[in-house]
Amino acid sequence: MGGTSFEYSYLLILVLLIGSIFFAVAPLVIARILGPKKESSIKNATYECGLVSKGDPWVQFKVQYYIFTLVFVIFDLETVFLFPWAVAFNALGAFAFVEMLIFIGILAGGLLYAWEKGVLEWR
Amino acid sequence: MMTEPMIAGLWTDTVSFFGVHAVAVVLLKIAVVLFALLGLVSYTVLAERRISAFIQDRLGPNRVGWFGLLQPVADSFKFLLKENVMPAHVNRIYYVLAPCIALAPALLTFIVIPFGNTLAGEPMVIANLNVGVLWMFSIASLGVYGIVLGGWASNSKYPFLGGIRSSAQMISYEISMGLSLIPVFMHVGSLNLTEIVNAQSHRWLFLHPNLFLAFLIFMISSFAETNRLPFDLPESEQELVGGYHTEYGSMKFALFFLAEYANMITASALMVTLFFGGWQVPFALPESLSHPVTWLAPFVFQPVGFVYILSFFLKMLLFLGVFIWIRWTLPRFRYDQLMNLGWKVFLPMALANVFVMGIWMALSV
Repeated sequence: MGGTSFEYSYLLILVLLIGSIFFAVAPLVIARILGPKKESSIKNATYECGLVSKGDPWVQFKVQYYIFTLVFVIFDLETVFLFPWAVAFNALGAFAFVEMLIFIGILAGGLLYAWEKGVLEWR
Repeated sequence: MMTEPMIAGLWTDTVSFFGVHAVAVVLLKIAVVLFALLGLVSYTVLAERRISAFIQDRLGPNRVGWFGLLQPVADSFKFLLKENVMPAHVNRIYYVLAPCIALAPALLTFIVIPFGNTLAGEPMVIANLNVGVLWMFSIASLGVYGIVLGGWASNSKYPFLGGIRSSAQMISYEISMGLSLIPVFMHVGSLNLTEIVNAQSHRWLFLHPNLFLAFLIFMISSFAETNRLPFDLPESEQELVGGYHTEYGSMKFALFFLAEYANMITASALMVTLFFGGWQVPFALPESLSHPVTWLAPFVFQPVGFVYILSFFLKMLLFLGVFIWIRWTLPRFRYDQLMNLGWKVFLPMALANVFVMGIWMALSV
């Protein structure tokens, strides 16, 4: 039945991708056809608990969100590097283990630095 | 008199000869999984409403059908027949696209999870990828785009704040989620979920002390990833109205809702697969079940295949129950507490766990 070959698996993913897009789009289309349409300017106004909206909705937000995103990129990449290492851990031996410890150590140092600088402090 | 292997061999030959048949089997499998997933999603919503009612000493929806069992059907018709409001101030294309982007990855992630051993010789997993867990992570993290885009395209203050919060929360916990699983891969030596399940035939992974810690980090992070209480800050009703989906109504809102529950189901399935033996049963099956029944052989559906699927399903329901139970029991975290927990507790803990696991394995060899 060939369920193991590489291309075959990704072909199945393609089929399921089409399926899941169908399930995401079809209800919207059906709802658009079946649902009534009675527009009014009040219904179409911005929702703010009944008050009239003031100012630009794209407010300035904390710069910290951005800093967290930067730290995220570093550690997410680290995780991706750790995945293949973890899978091959038994075959690699002591050298790779020590090497990875140094790698984790450098990044942990980075985390400590960020911690010390107060980047991780949510104010 | 035909023997067991002969009949099985005949079956395999027949399928490989009729290539069309094999394609039909695969398509059937995909269709069954997709429909089962969507059905399970709608009934999880009902279960959540009934259980929350039970916890709060109310009745919950019990009028439509027997014990409210037809409520999901009524709800879906209601969603279809509601007015399709498109507020004037939204960015139309992204506003419609966002719920689709939230739902499609939620349905796609389930593809690599083995939900049973074999049924009629067909492995009970749609795509047996060798990078299974990596696939799950990469696709699951696409879901955040739907939420951010929904918040941004709504062009309104509450959804915007909800979307921003959500993205910060989800990326924070994605790291501890990924790092927590590394000891599992070190132990099993594979990213393939089928192999991870097979490695647990004698001992489920959560019994290993390091992997139990990994399980705890993974479970709590998955609560944050699926935006469930105690981490539901993106849509905390008391401060942000509805969070990122404040401006959404009718079916577009329903898609966000379905995506959240689909993610919950996938997270439960992943926890079962990685730490609790997947479809394996915790006891030895009786002889009559674990051996092929000769007179059923022409139909190739052996009861044992169904037992494994049932076992997986029950374990998954247990975790879904935990998700719901916790939502209606714990209060919400404050945002700084949430960030502290993710970055200052779970991240160092998960890193240390990798380190200890490495030393443990080096010593035990």
